Amino acid sequence: MTTTILAVDDSASMRQMVSFTLRHAGYEVVEAVDGVEALEYARGNVVNLVLTDVNMPKMDGITLVRELRRLESYRYVPLLMLTTEAGQEKKLEGRKAGATGWLVKPFNPDKLLATIAKVL
Amino acid sequence: MSVDLEMEEILKVFFEECAEGLQAMETGLLTLDASADRDTIDAIFRAAHSIKGGAGMFGFMEISQFTHAVETLLDQMRNGSRAVTPDAVQVLFQSIDVMREMTVLAEARQPIVSAHADAVSTLLAQILGREPPGAAAVTTHTAAAAPPPPREPEPAGWRIDFKPHTSLFKTCNDPLRIFRELETLGPLRAVADVAQLPPLAAMDPTLCYLAWNLDLTGSVLQPQVAEIFEWVDADSAIAYRPLVGAGEDEPAPLPPARLAGTPVPVIGVPAPTVPAMVVPVAAAAPSGAAAPAAGRPAADAGSIRVATEKVDALINLVGELVITQSMLGRFSEHYDPENLESLRRGLTHLTRNTRDLQESVLKIRMLPISFSFNRFPRLVHELSRKLGKKVELQLNGENTELDKIVLEKIGDPLVHLVRNSLDHGLETPAARLAAGKSDTGLLELNAFHEGGSVIIEVKDDGAGLNTARILAKARERGLVEPDVTPTNEQIYNLIFAAGFSTAETVSDVSGRGVGMDVVRRNINDLGGHVQVSSTAGRGSTIRIRLPLTLAILEGQMLRVGPETYVISLVSIVETVQPRQAHVQSISGRAEVFKHRDEYLPIIRLHELFGIEPDHREISKGLLVVAESDGKRVAILVDELLAQQQVVIKSLDTNFRHVPGLAGATIHGDGRVALILDVPSLIGKFLEGASPQVDYAA
Repeated sequence: MTTTILAVDDSASMRQMVSFTLRHAGYEVVEAVDGVEALEYARGNVVNLVLTDVNMPKMDGITLVRELRRLESYRYVPLLMLTTEAGQEKKLEGRKAGATGWLVKPFNPDKLLATIAKVL
Repeated sequence: MSVDLEMEEILKVFFEECAEGLQAMETGLLTLDASADRDTIDAIFRAAHSIKGGAGMFGFMEISQFTHAVETLLDQMRNGSRAVTPDAVQVLFQSIDVMREMTVLAEARQPIVSAHADAVSTLLAQILGREPPGAAAVTTHTAAAAPPPPREPEPAGWRIDFKPHTSLFKTCNDPLRIFRELETLGPLRAVADVAQLPPLAAMDPTLCYLAWNLDLTGSVLQPQVAEIFEWVDADSAIAYRPLVGAGEDEPAPLPPARLAGTPVPVIGVPAPTVPAMVVPVAAAAPSGAAAPAAGRPAADAGSIRVATEKVDALINLVGELVITQSMLGRFSEHYDPENLESLRRGLTHLTRNTRDLQESVLKIRMLPISFSFNRFPRLVHELSRKLGKKVELQLNGENTELDKIVLEKIGDPLVHLVRNSLDHGLETPAARLAAGKSDTGLLELNAFHEGGSVIIEVKDDGAGLNTARILAKARERGLVEPDVTPTNEQIYNLIFAAGFSTAETVSDVSGRGVGMDVVRRNINDLGGHVQVSSTAGRGSTIRIRLPLTLAILEGQMLRVGPETYVISLVSIVETVQPRQAHVQSISGRAEVFKHRDEYLPIIRLHELFGIEPDHREISKGLLVVAESDGKRVAILVDELLAQQQVVIKSLDTNFRHVPGLAGATIHGDGRVALILDVPSLIGKFLEGASPQVDYAA
């Protein structure tokens, strides 16, 4: 069975970068440009993991995590945040919203894959 | 797609995003002057934040380090801990320039060294009140490392009391995962503490009631252990105690990857000196990869970003074409005269499909003019400051679409016109008040469609063109004879003469008189027109008419003898049936045609191309009055045929360059018609070059 990952980032290059790394590691990737789009997709589809940027227009990553956790089908899906800063505040805010963990940008592809492998 | 190629594509997207982000920052900063609302600062911050993050990911550490300070400053403005002062905004503008320069260098695969980076970094540091970056980057990284450095000597292992909050599972954190990870550091013994476990009936399976006492053996540093608990430590009680003695004799082998080169690992923060990732760099620079002009990083001649909806429309049309094709295809198999009606219907479909497809394909090359307009808010802002004028800039019709090439080439002429308006057109606040106007001048940039063309207007409500001064200057330079009184329109046209300037002082803004002639030439090269209108004391308007695209020409078909020619519709002023009385011969050969008090040289196309016309007498033919660069000629033809859009086929690529011809086009019946290049025809003719051109190849 393929493992599907929902990658959410408003930056196309970042999204493609993440998606590129994951696809080459054998994952199926669905991309969304912001929280709104991701949530819309999530309402109709369940994925195995969500990887979301924090700072996004329309709906930020933390709100997305909170909303996703409200969905019955996403209660036990690992939700990872991509944070640029080592800023403790955002991480805790994300944790409180229901995020499983986070990955600090910039990261290399190996780190991304290792982190994902950890929670899947 | 190969891995390298795919990476290249992603990088290209990154640079496009940088350009957009920088533009967004600039636009945002300009509105900050008026009011410092949170949304705007947020948007600016987000753009900087993305650029920094992306630059880090793609290994452009210089960009990400420089942007770090910018981001910090914006973050402070955003959370209100720092006021938005004009000085700070100015430094941010300078920072954008540096970032732009850096991204251009990065894209050109050149060393990312900006001459101004250090100076601007220092300014940023002064505002932030701390050491310039480099030092700053290190401070922030170490600041993140909350846990204290490990004690010496290294312990033999750790006793970890892990008591998670009951909600642990709600974030999808599995203790088992944590334990497995701990095991990668050394042998682990876990003892579950079931004291909090409620009776089965009262148990909620979504809650975590267990706690654990963990013994991890091995010379492991505490931060390594803490890193594994990082995601859960905020809502768990975790205590670390060093184990003494137990495993000292048999230290577990350490996974080399975890410790290599990092004597003191820092939680969650990669070592700053290690590039985030290795970007594959093509061994040879791609052809044409010369550094693009600074300030226009997105101007990559090779690629266009196309909106998905345009591509969807194309796919849709191709789908329809396939249906039409299968509809028509049936006839080749079972030809039946009975079905002629549906054949006709099929052909009608085909015509429509082709037309729609043509339109859609052309639309791919079309970009909104905002790409070009975007630079003006900043330009006007800085220039008006420099000139001590108050100016309000209004952009209208930013979504009007233009061919990408036209758009790229119109940028510089527009900058020139805007500078001119600011410098010469709009007055100082004092002068405006004295003239009974508001102290703030209005500069409008308008774009809209008119007929098959796009009109761009640069309009100001300034003093208007000073016709008296222009005329005096023109007389002084011998451009106008002393006894001639030109019309206002003719006077306005004088500003396009090469080297013409009425500016009393040459400022660094404008006044050198280089420009307006170049502006007009550039616009003519694009198949466009410039027109000036002005009212003294009320302002002036420069109107540029541009073709929608360069691939297709709105053409007028002409016939001379058996041959058909095409002439661009925009270059035709009018067509007249001449009377012999209005034709005069000068010094034997040259002929002129008196047209409304103006004498126009006559070009006989049949002589030019060496063909036999219907009539050699001018009064039996037609004269097409064509204009380019303000010069007019009358072209003698036999007949005017239809007006139609023609696809320009290059002669240069298919044959060779022929002066006087802009290309060729193919008729529906397969015959070729040559397209006349009016500017070069006029140029050649007026230069006095031999009117007989050798067109025989």
